[in-house]
Amino acid sequence: MHELGVVFYVIKEAEEAAKANNVKHISRITLEVGEVSTIVKHYFEECFTWAKEKNEYTKGCDLNYITIKAFSYCNNCNQTFETVKNGKTCPHCASTDTYLYIGNDVSIKSIETEEES
Amino acid sequence: MSNIKVIEIKKSVFGSNANQGNEIRLENKRKKTLFVNLMASPGAGKTTMLTSLVNSLKDEYKIAIIEADCSSSVDAIKISDNTGVTSIQINNDGQCHTDSFMTKKALDLLADQHYDLIILENIGNLVCPAEFDTGASKNIMILSVPEGDDKPLKYPLMFTVTDLVIISKMDTIDYFEEFNLNRCIDNIHSRNPISKIIPISAKTGMGMDSLINYFKEEIHKWRNE
Ligand SMILES: Nc1nc2c(ncn2[C@@H]2O[C@H](COP(=O)(O)OP(=O)(O)OP(=O)(O)O)[C@@H](O)[C@H]2O)c(=O)[nH]1
Ligand SMILES: [Mg+2]
Ligand SMILES: [Zn+2]
Ligand SMILES: [Zn+2]
Repeated sequence: MHELGVVFYVIKEAEEAAKANNVKHISRITLEVGEVSTIVKHYFEECFTWAKEKNEYTKGCDLNYITIKAFSYCNNCNQTFETVKNGKTCPHCASTDTYLYIGNDVSIKSIETEEES
Repeated sequence: MSNIKVIEIKKSVFGSNANQGNEIRLENKRKKTLFVNLMASPGAGKTTMLTSLVNSLKDEYKIAIIEADCSSSVDAIKISDNTGVTSIQINNDGQCHTDSFMTKKALDLLADQHYDLIILENIGNLVCPAEFDTGASKNIMILSVPEGDDKPLKYPLMFTVTDLVIISKMDTIDYFEEFNLNRCIDNIHSRNPISKIIPISAKTGMGMDSLINYFKEEIHKWRNE
């Protein structure tokens, strides 16, 4: 839904990391995207392809998009389960006293640079 | 030969937004400024309601409005023309929501004076604004009668994050027979049992007193708690 905003944020953070490390150009950005983060991959990639060309640091860079599976934790039986398959209901004990503990965030893992040497 | 260097960043996108949001709340607590995020569909009556609300509160409280329209400053101009209070426009490059980095910039522009109340008119959209922390201490949404009483079922997250739902355009209820106020209230409470609900009409003034009292109470609570 708000892929463009996230793309701008990622590019800005990547640029700041590049500056802080004296990097002139970024060749690849690695992103970890939670399965239930509401980010739609193909739309994100489209926005990224467009937006990266507008920034000197990210022009022509690759996107390494890693999807992180979502898992929930059950307070009743203290086990974990796959969120997308089961929703709020624990498949082990049928309790709904559960919470998502991983898979709703987006995080910038790293940037890469290719330097001539 | 080229040689690849990897720089680890490990920075969470939503997490850093939430941290920024918490910083804004702490700062506003210190300053005794109540910062409210107002969300709704396009045309639900945000600007009309705000104009009337601000006119009733402005003599007692110092108020500013932040307008987050996608591309125009029509609402910012309308609000300041019709109320005389400071209103600023934030440019969010055609995005579908406002996050706390954008609101921080706007709040910084207002930092030279003390405000009792700052209201953000968020982008007209029932999905994205609900997912992003803006740093507000109260989240309010407007649901207008013509939109239908099933909106809480279709947009559950929005109704889960709001402290108050204003049901607007109550003067039109006779034309929208399928809108049932009790069912609407039940639907809202099924998503969020502690949500407050105030039906209003900016046209006839119905419910505006309750809304004004709600804001007065919240301003005082925020100052004193
Ligand atoms: N009948 C009736 N019409 C209303 C009421 N409040 C607003 N309207 C009308 O609804 C239309 C939209 O109102 P706005 O206040 O501009 O709505 P908004 O949510 O700010 O709209 P955007 O900022 O464009 O998303 C205008 O034509 C208003 O006159 C009300 O209480 N009753
Ligand atoms: Mg408006
Ligand atoms: Zn969005
Ligand atoms: Zn269980």
